[in-house]
Amino acid sequence: MGNKQTTFTAQQLFYRYRDLAPQLVPLDYTNHPDVKLPYELIGSMPELKDNPFRQRIAEVFSEDGQGNMTLDDFLDMFSVLSEMAPRDLKAYYAFKIYDFNNDDFICKSDLEKTLNKLTRNGLTEDEVRMVCEKVIDEADLDNDGRLSLDDFQHMIVRAPEFLRLLYVILLNQKYIYLQIVDAF
Amino acid sequence: VDGVTQRRTNRRKAPGRTGAEGKRQGKKTANMDVDEDEEGEQDETPNKRRGANVRKPTKKHGGGDEDEYDSEDKAPRRTRRAAVSKKKRGRPQDSDEEDSEVEKGKKGKKGAVKKGGKEEEGSMGKKGNAKGKDKGKDKDNDKKKKKKDESSSDSRSDSDEEEESMSEGEMARLMEEVEEKKKLIANIRNKPWRMKRRLTHLKEAQQFVDKFEGALGKGKGRKWYAYKVMMTKVLMGLPYGSIPRKTVPRAEQATAQDYSVLMDFNVIQNHFKGLTHSLTSFSISINFLGYCKYSVLFYGYYNDQRTIGFLQFRLPLSYLMVGIGTFGYSLMVVIRTMAKNADVGGGDGEDGEFTFAWKMFTSWDYLIGNAETADNKYASITTSFKESIVDEQENQKDENIHLRRFLRVLANFLITCSLGGSGYLIYFVVKRSQEFATRNDLSWYEKNELEIIMSLLGLVCPPLFETIAELEDYHPRIALKWQLGRIFALFLGNLYTFLFALFDEVNTKLEEEQAIKNASQLAMNEYYSNYSRLVNETGATPPPMDPADVIRGPCWETAVGIEFVKLTVSDIQVTYLTILIGDFARAVIVRFLNYCWCWDLEAGFPSYAEFDISGNVLGLVFNQGMIWMGAFYAPGLVGINVLRLLSSMYYQCWAVMATNVPHERVFKASKSNNFYMGLLLLILFLSLLPVVYTIMTLPPSFDCGPFSGKPKMFDVIMETIEMDLPAFMGTLFSYAANPGLIIPAVLLMVLAIYYLNSVSKAYQHSNIELKKKMQMAREEEKNRRNNTDSTNQVMKDLEDLLPNRSLIPPTPPSEPGETLVPEAKPTKSKPRSAGKGINLQKDVALASPNPNARGPVNRPPGPRGPGGTADPGRGHRRGPPLS
Repeated sequence: MGNKQTTFTAQQLFYRYRDLAPQLVPLDYTNHPDVKLPYELIGSMPELKDNPFRQRIAEVFSEDGQGNMTLDDFLDMFSVLSEMAPRDLKAYYAFKIYDFNNDDFICKSDLEKTLNKLTRNGLTEDEVRMVCEKVIDEADLDNDGRLSLDDFQHMIVRAPEFLRLLYVILLNQKYIYLQIVDAF
Repeated sequence: VDGVTQRRTNRRKAPGRTGAEGKRQGKKTANMDVDEDEEGEQDETPNKRRGANVRKPTKKHGGGDEDEYDSEDKAPRRTRRAAVSKKKRGRPQDSDEEDSEVEKGKKGKKGAVKKGGKEEEGSMGKKGNAKGKDKGKDKDNDKKKKKKDESSSDSRSDSDEEEESMSEGEMARLMEEVEEKKKLIANIRNKPWRMKRRLTHLKEAQQFVDKFEGALGKGKGRKWYAYKVMMTKVLMGLPYGSIPRKTVPRAEQATAQDYSVLMDFNVIQNHFKGLTHSLTSFSISINFLGYCKYSVLFYGYYNDQRTIGFLQFRLPLSYLMVGIGTFGYSLMVVIRTMAKNADVGGGDGEDGEFTFAWKMFTSWDYLIGNAETADNKYASITTSFKESIVDEQENQKDENIHLRRFLRVLANFLITCSLGGSGYLIYFVVKRSQEFATRNDLSWYEKNELEIIMSLLGLVCPPLFETIAELEDYHPRIALKWQLGRIFALFLGNLYTFLFALFDEVNTKLEEEQAIKNASQLAMNEYYSNYSRLVNETGATPPPMDPADVIRGPCWETAVGIEFVKLTVSDIQVTYLTILIGDFARAVIVRFLNYCWCWDLEAGFPSYAEFDISGNVLGLVFNQGMIWMGAFYAPGLVGINVLRLLSSMYYQCWAVMATNVPHERVFKASKSNNFYMGLLLLILFLSLLPVVYTIMTLPPSFDCGPFSGKPKMFDVIMETIEMDLPAFMGTLFSYAANPGLIIPAVLLMVLAIYYLNSVSKAYQHSNIELKKKMQMAREEEKNRRNNTDSTNQVMKDLEDLLPNRSLIPPTPPSEPGETLVPEAKPTKSKPRSAGKGINLQKDVALASPNPNARGPVNRPPGPRGPGGTADPGRGHRRGPPLS
């Protein structure tokens, strides 16, 4: 509709989806063909390929939990990853993504995994342990040693960078990211 | 009436169902937008009858399976019936209800929808017609009857009766439900559901709303529109609470350019007016700037004609006003920006609470789509974590404070020494250049020695400072501030030394000028006396002299302007050359020599140059200061600076993209821009000083510039007051200039400042207090939660005994209740996070009764799947088809 330039259309998304594997995805979706793209294809999208959490993202949004996506899953994913998705939704999915073992809590092992992915194992074990302890110390409101969805949302919606969380644009050309913005 | 509405609702159903299909086709064809949906609807409308008829086949087929649409059809009736008993308790828990609906929908629907849809398509052609005939008979009857009569003939008659006799209360309840469904539609984007689930849910809700809005006599066209909008919203992520993209450009550069543009504009005005005045001489070209020296670039170009042209443009007055007004305007803009920044900075001041958590969960930028950037981001995240860890550790321990103190003092001493040294060097060079000024046999170096030395100092000193700062071992952020402050001091010191040396020069020039003035006056007098003696006439014409040959004063204002232009130009040159050599050449070497080198040049020693953000910003600030200082004596400097800023933006942009890597550690000097803005303000004030000083004290040159011939520059204002304004204004101004008025005014201002200052201090204090309170509240809440969790079991049990709860048949709290909780949270979290601790217990209490509250869920709107064991009404209804 009006603001096509700021968001992407489902049509665009369909083409993106199809472009990943033209031989697999039919143009005609009238009969709901049961097509799934394997994770390898999804994860190689330029939007995701450099993301440390790409596998988690694909897993969370795919119905089978393995990262293999139907068109619906795909649309789903990008509707959450769009700029316009409501905060609560983003927070919810962010929680899901960081909850590596799917136990509905972010526990220490999840945090360690997150941290190691973020820093590419750049921290020593002691440092990792300390950071995880600090995170739980800061955000765990009910003192059960792990973060529930509530804790997570309470913490995340206050983050100044929250608006950028889980926000992916469709890349038509090379998107160059400058840190100049960060400088001020 | 009923027949009509029924038909309408049936018709509704077809598009509703085909919406999803239409969508998929839409993808295939072309435009996936709303219009497509509409088209889809148009295409399908011929089938609408059939769509309704098809219901039967599907039903038969789906027999044991639960058919969504089927239950949907029954919904109204069941509602009416079951609701009487159930609604009452179910009402308040709609969100839970929806969720449980969803839960079931997930189980039951997934299969059903797909199957149903496919079968429908398959059977549409064949059975549609046949059934259509059957249906045709009943046409005058209710549509509903037609559909239901085969499957649930037993319930048909009474349900019809019910339908006819819809009471007022039922109407109201229906309305309420419709509203509820609408709410669901509106919020569907907020639900963390899968796309499929969302679509089916949306469809159901929409159907429900359509049906009952129809029954309640509301328009449907509007609904269809809402539906379309909804669909597009779901699919395309249209605004929910439109989050603005971060597009606001950073103030620094923009404002810097703004001032420049403004000044430039005014200056251009001056230029236009000044054009009437012809230049006296191009012939003399003494030094470096030659022709330019007499161009519009400089002060000397403008003449002292009081009014120009028909409109009586007062050039000297406007020159002075523009010069001073620029400062006033700049000051205002800088201060306003600072105030705004302080506002913003205070807004999210809840720092320190979630430092690590935020770093952990929000530091990755999901926009990164480039491996190199990703590498940099990894590195910067790692360092930022390390930094926080170091912070944390430093909070806990502090060792050998004496050594550190000594080192810091030493470092400051060293830096002061180098600052003083650079200042002296500049003073020395300026003195030397004054000696050179008298000679003509100068090499290029000797002519430009001053600029070269200043630029070199600017190149060498910052790294030196950085090295020395290693001694201090400050926290990086503080170290950065120190570093910036020192560089700033260096620049400023250099500039001021330069300025003082310039004043020396100006004084000598003034003497020289006095001499020339005397001489020329003497010559003039001589000429006139000779003239009157020879011609015997007093009305003498000026001597027949070519203006180019007139002996002219040195015009110190232009000289000052020239110095500033030279400084600016050489600054531009040095900056550009540094980028070209230091960044570009280095990048080329590193990139291409890397193929044949012993070690990895890219990762190892030379590497690529880092883009030093803070240094560049400081350069901009300093540059702006130079412009402010020089613009009065060289109005063209503003134009030069605009060109410089424009070109350097593109040039540096290219350099950053092509040759630089991001700084390993990106620190913000301050959260708001106020550190840099503060520097800008400081430099504005410092550059204002010399300009105003010269305007107020030094006599302008007698033969050049708009103020020539006046004892002081500001005499222009006096003159205007006297000559152009009515007399009383003059007296008014003379009163205003009376010390007896000025001193009280100053006192008043001081008092105002004092008052405002103390008020702001008080606010700050209360701010801190509030923050503390929040912190305490948080701790308290934490503790309370902790306690309630362990001791609350009693409370929970008590709550279970509460009367309204006990009315509900105690069904076993099955698992769905648990799975519900996470589902329900996204919608609930907001009120809760606002409501704090007390809500907690409620939430806990709400979670447990959920399974009991499932009854209401199965009411009409929910075209529920099977397994509604807790629902007597449903069990009753479902009975026949199942058996």
